[in-house]
Amino acid sequence: MFPSRFDYVAPDTVEEVLATLAQHGDEAKILAGGQSLIPLMKLRFASPGLLVDVNRVPGLGFVEETGEHLRVGTLTRNTELERSALLKSGYPVMADAAPMISDPLVRNRGTIGGSLAHADPAGDWGSVMLALGAEVVIKSSTDERTIPVSELLVNTFTTSLDPTEMITEIRVPKTPARSGGSYLKMERRVGDFATVATAVHLTLDNGTIKRAGIGLTAVGSKNLQASAAEDALAGAEPTAEAFEEAARLAAEASSPSSDVRGSAEYKKAMVRTFVRRGLDKALELARG
Amino acid sequence: MTTVEETDVHGIGQSVKRKEDDRFIRGKGTYVEDLVLPNMLHMAILRSPIAHAKIVSVNVDEAQAIPGVVAVVTGELLAQHNLAWMPTMSGDTQAVFATDKVRFQGQEVAAVVAEDPYIAHDALGLIDVEYEPLPAVTSPQQALQPDAPLIRDDKEGQTDNRCFQWETGDKDATEKAFQQADKIVELSTFYPRCHPSPLETCGIVADVNPISGKATLHMTSQAPHAIRTVFALVAGLPEHKIQIITHDIGGGFGNKVPVYPGYVAATAASLLIGRPVKWIEDRTENLISTGFARDYHMRGELALTNDGKMLGIRVELLSDNGAFFADAQPTKCKVGLFHIVTGSYDVPAAYLSTQGAYTNKAPGGVAYRCSFRVTEASYLVERLVQNAAYELGMDPAELRRKNFIKPEQFPYKSATGFVYDSGEYERAMDLAMNELGYAELRKEQEAARAEGRLIGIGMASFTEVVGAGPSKDYDILGLKMFDSAELRVHPTGKAILKIGVQTQGQGHETTFAQIVATELGIPTEDVLVQYGDTDNTPYSLGTYASRSTPTAGAATAMVARKLVEKGKKIAAHLLEVSEEDLEFKVDKFSVKGAPDKAVTIQDVAFAAYTNMPEGLEHGLEDNHYYDPPNMTFPFGTYMVVVEVDADTGQWKVLRMLAVDDCGKVINPMIVQGQIHGGLAEGYGIAAMELITFDDDGNCIGSNFMDYLLPTSWETPRFETHMTETPSPHHPIGAKGVGESATVGSPAAYVNAVIDALAHTGVRNIDMPVTSAKVWEAMQGAARSS
Repeated sequence: MFPSRFDYVAPDTVEEVLATLAQHGDEAKILAGGQSLIPLMKLRFASPGLLVDVNRVPGLGFVEETGEHLRVGTLTRNTELERSALLKSGYPVMADAAPMISDPLVRNRGTIGGSLAHADPAGDWGSVMLALGAEVVIKSSTDERTIPVSELLVNTFTTSLDPTEMITEIRVPKTPARSGGSYLKMERRVGDFATVATAVHLTLDNGTIKRAGIGLTAVGSKNLQASAAEDALAGAEPTAEAFEEAARLAAEASSPSSDVRGSAEYKKAMVRTFVRRGLDKALELARG
Repeated sequence: MTTVEETDVHGIGQSVKRKEDDRFIRGKGTYVEDLVLPNMLHMAILRSPIAHAKIVSVNVDEAQAIPGVVAVVTGELLAQHNLAWMPTMSGDTQAVFATDKVRFQGQEVAAVVAEDPYIAHDALGLIDVEYEPLPAVTSPQQALQPDAPLIRDDKEGQTDNRCFQWETGDKDATEKAFQQADKIVELSTFYPRCHPSPLETCGIVADVNPISGKATLHMTSQAPHAIRTVFALVAGLPEHKIQIITHDIGGGFGNKVPVYPGYVAATAASLLIGRPVKWIEDRTENLISTGFARDYHMRGELALTNDGKMLGIRVELLSDNGAFFADAQPTKCKVGLFHIVTGSYDVPAAYLSTQGAYTNKAPGGVAYRCSFRVTEASYLVERLVQNAAYELGMDPAELRRKNFIKPEQFPYKSATGFVYDSGEYERAMDLAMNELGYAELRKEQEAARAEGRLIGIGMASFTEVVGAGPSKDYDILGLKMFDSAELRVHPTGKAILKIGVQTQGQGHETTFAQIVATELGIPTEDVLVQYGDTDNTPYSLGTYASRSTPTAGAATAMVARKLVEKGKKIAAHLLEVSEEDLEFKVDKFSVKGAPDKAVTIQDVAFAAYTNMPEGLEHGLEDNHYYDPPNMTFPFGTYMVVVEVDADTGQWKVLRMLAVDDCGKVINPMIVQGQIHGGLAEGYGIAAMELITFDDDGNCIGSNFMDYLLPTSWETPRFETHMTETPSPHHPIGAKGVGESATVGSPAAYVNAVIDALAHTGVRNIDMPVTSAKVWEAMQGAARSS
């Protein structure tokens, strides 16, 4: 690996990280798991002047339920999420997605906050968080704010983060009883980016659908929220017809491009198939 | 005297653990990247970002000015030393560094030689090349259009993009066969461009001694001796002052047969600067510029009677050769050994017409784990046979059985001129069918279909042709394809075998020692196999096309037999009997009828240095140059069962069963390993591997994120079985086995997917068979029904 020249710092506290970012602005880049950044630097597609390694900052990796939220620390590794009993019992769409992220090597290093901040439309966590209606906590040396993930993701590799800001944690609304979820992913090979993936989260109330969340991976310029499909499901009976209609609406909301993974037509058809299958699976879990 | 059993010497037929694994498992292999020589410099290559362009200017001033940069090598500089162009293995020319035009994305334009590799890479970005873009030619069909841009304007007399035209077989007889046919089955299919992708990329440490002028080239080569000669001829260096050392090689698969521009440039740089120069390719460089494989557009037709007798086969090929015709193949062959396309079948008439085209893509056309285009040929005929079975309403296995060359027909002369040495095709197929439970599976397939599930059973009964020479028929750039071995037994009965063929993971250190063990009685562990240093091993055309065992393996057996003959004279002297009274078994010369009166090979070796009979030359060593009388013809039957997801087109392998026959098996464990590797590679080719290009000639598939190799997760479980039909002309009856599985398996995988959909009329899906393509085929079938 022969990247361009860069400087490197490894602060011990969040405050130091934020002070460094404030000082260096867009010259600096946070190094978390490095699973996207390092390959880009290797190919010299990215040449940051300063790497701010956050791996030595304590307290940024955790998964816990407090108050109204599941809180996930930004530096939590995908492997930890894959192994979390809490996610398995209460957040099946996250539990499904975690082991489908790339391969074990990438999961051992890659972090949830890094994935969201990278904003790859083929990234998995964005869709999952959209389906769950999650928020991110963002800090800078002077400010702290909390925004929904739908406002974080702007475009391909583009977020609403300022270069001086850092995501510190992810907050997922606690899932009520009678909830279920699923993440279905088509990949050509382990470690490949998704051809198509769909995140579904479903909450039932007295047999009808109280809330449905649907996120789509790799079929647009960013992770997409299938809002029309969500709206059509809210308050509806969970019937095969309703799911089929939601799947159709989700496919309509997608705007994939044709490439070596398949034609746009194929990918739309797969969104439809996967959303339908994903809803079936989520319903089964929600009914217990 | 204790009796040594045949098995005690760990010779042929035993699964001896690989000697080389000791160092590999401990991480103690030595690859060219591991070498650090005093004063060594590092070279990095600047490559063209565009597929086709005139070079207006190359300005190196800024790059040259960086501290630590020792030299910038350009095409211009190489041209001053007459090194801007080099010959390819198919007798064409290839630019070392472009001087006039760039002709593919990734082509070598210049190089920086610096004190460390980071500086070299930094300086690459400062070389200012002005290009004048030209329209790119990205398919052979486009290349042969009359108005296509001319790619090879450097070649005198070249007015279009055709790079060769070749035909073989009997056109008239084939025409007649087709006229008499009840049924003609046609298949047009594309065998896409894939890449051997050895995990170790190519590289060199070129060390030209400024005092002696000797060039010691540590490099990744499958054919070090041939490369030495080519270097001597091309660079004008005296051949005794060129030493190629290969060390351990992390996979070759055909990718490391050619001479690449980086080797030449690093050698030239070392010569000019007087310091060692290291060049190691990165992954992208390996994928976009070194020898690719396949890229054949194929149209095959099979003529049959209604009851399934094959009458003739007709093939039209159009190959995409890239910017330079650099296929690895014997001189007289323009499409390698593709004319093995009659496969395992008794087809009375065959005709092939072929042409190749220059395009703005990387050159290569190496035989990726393939005996020169046998893979493409086998794929085509096995796909055709299965489709023919559908058209005739016959079971694909029965159609094969009906047309197999029968055991009593060997030696069998094929319609394209090969003389098949031996084969028992039905035996291998029956074993495969029984182990798979074929009849039962067909019923299950039927029942599943009734439930809307799509199960498919595919098979391939391939025949390969491997082990070139004979030298009268085969050469590369005039170098005849024989091979050799030198065997020396030390006084204490330990031996050193020197061979010129070059292992890249095949296990030569073990298998060649096993041949010596069986022939000469010196245990495998007492035989050191030396290779990979041209100063210290005999001449060889190298290891590719499954030729090591058929050629150098034969030479090893033959030289051991020479030592047995000499040993017999020594034994006669020691036992005070006449030579005719002696027989040699396992490791002993004993008196016929008096087995207790015996001496061992170790006794004889000691005597060769201490107690020689008068008139006999001292020592116990010899060499042998073996010119094979014919090729060898390994074969087998592979069967694959898949289930296709009717909604998504995703398919998964439920069973993969392989029966191989490679003649006499030297080491069953190593053979099984070879088969496993090849079946995995065959799966990758069938399912996911692809190098393709956009309309501007940009390479898609330039790293392992885009060029997909299967992992252990996707790779199916393999069930392997063997039959053993010895080659009648090989000294130990062995055939090559390194490539059977890459040759035979792609058709079996694809046939299985087609079989799952055949009832809907689907007859072809081009590789790689992605779920998207399967889905599109299902949509197409649904629309047309």
